[in-house]
Amino acid sequence: MSALSPPSIVVEDLAKTFVLHNADSATIPVFQNLRLEVRPGECVVLSGESGVGKSTLMRSIFGNYLPTSGGVRVMHDGAYVDITSAAPHEVLEVRRRTLGYVSQFLRVIPRIPTLQLVMEPLLENGVEEAAARERAVELLKALRLPEPHWELPPATFSGGEQQRVNIARSFIRKYPVLLLDEPTASLDAENRAIVVRLIKAALAEGAAMIGIFHDEDVRDAVATRLFPVSQFKAAA
Amino acid sequence: MNAPSVKFDVEPLLRVSDLTKWYGHVLGCRDVSFELRPGEVLGVVGESGSGKTTLLNCISGKLQPSSGTVEFDTYRFGLKDIYSLSEPDRRRMQREEWGFVHQNPRDGLRMRVSGGANVAEPLMYLGQRHYGKMRRATIEWLDRVELDTRRIDDKPRNFSGGMQQRIQVARNLIHGPRLVFMDEPTGGLDVSVQARLLDLLRELVRDLNLAVIIVTHDMAVARLMADRLMVMKGGQVVETGLTDQVLDDPQHPYSQLLVSSVLQI
Repeated sequence: MSALSPPSIVVEDLAKTFVLHNADSATIPVFQNLRLEVRPGECVVLSGESGVGKSTLMRSIFGNYLPTSGGVRVMHDGAYVDITSAAPHEVLEVRRRTLGYVSQFLRVIPRIPTLQLVMEPLLENGVEEAAARERAVELLKALRLPEPHWELPPATFSGGEQQRVNIARSFIRKYPVLLLDEPTASLDAENRAIVVRLIKAALAEGAAMIGIFHDEDVRDAVATRLFPVSQFKAAA
Repeated sequence: MNAPSVKFDVEPLLRVSDLTKWYGHVLGCRDVSFELRPGEVLGVVGESGSGKTTLLNCISGKLQPSSGTVEFDTYRFGLKDIYSLSEPDRRRMQREEWGFVHQNPRDGLRMRVSGGANVAEPLMYLGQRHYGKMRRATIEWLDRVELDTRRIDDKPRNFSGGMQQRIQVARNLIHGPRLVFMDEPTGGLDVSVQARLLDLLRELVRDLNLAVIIVTHDMAVARLMADRLMVMKGGQVVETGLTDQVLDDPQHPYSQLLVSSVLQI
């Protein structure tokens, strides 16, 4: 599949330099001339030591960071949208339907019960309440989150539990493009294996992924290729 | 329930162009332009004196700008500069299509009439006269903002600050507005009460697909509520963008200062 389909993500000549205006305008160059294409069914794992810019690249692709120059085109409804120049409401629409992001941290609204949080991405895409609930329950069971937790907001959960809520939210619908920022960081071996299965299933269905994994087992299990970010290191 | 969020091809509900307000020769705000679509939540952030409230008052029809236009897609006249409407037409449009939640509930409520009457009043303005229907709608809204419906006849002063604020929210949503202005809606509240009200506001905004302009100096409120942000300083917009981008990777020196000054807990 991957050789024939057009790329789902095209990163073109991307550069990112942070300018800290309140620290004597210190500049921190991260990368430049960075190019990357990811096709459906591919899981490209960003490699390189800490501080090389893996997360910065990921966040730039998601529209969370603003690149200094270059473009990030994401295939959305059969046409490319440049995340770096699209209007905010367009980026939100791409994120709602096409571009999923699994971080190591769960950032959600207080007070909303776990089950509701997991259902949310489906509800936002017009899926019926009952069907969304069924799918959420299925996933929370698969991820072995204890049932008494489902009606509680996740604020007081352990790190690993919160992370599983996060994973459930991101895999409950089939995002054509998924960004995985250490999704297994605080999980035990058994849960890591479950996440690997979810990732592989999504790849088999044609999702395009970019991931950061410090865990070598997970990386070896899901990576279709490695992408060393350091090759595009910007000169200081 | 969960209404789909903003679509690519939707026409703007509100278009502000080159809006400037001078108070004599003191600048209120200058050259502000933006568009807002149905269902979109715009946060306006900046410190006291940055022009946030001046801007909000100009856009919401309370304060005539020195120059520039505020066009709104009215039911009656289509997309129209609100200051080109006659005073009665503008007031009617504001009552029918807008809501305004003040920081201090005392500015948005009538303290001499009951909480229930405060909630029902906008329906009366719109010509409803059936007492039973209005009472039912009021009870439904009190319930929706999580107030004890048995207290429908209590005066606002007998409610706590957080409850008063929820009465004000109900009063401003009961008539089905499309655009709601919020001026520091959680500003005067305890943190725990604040979180609860924010959750509530966020749910209502989504369920009703409201367009909202929310002015706040609280970055946590901005992150929770807004789809995109406008950062103001000295009466001018210094940065705009997607909320998480402005907060996580601010570009302008002032935005960087604003974000880095937030205390972490």
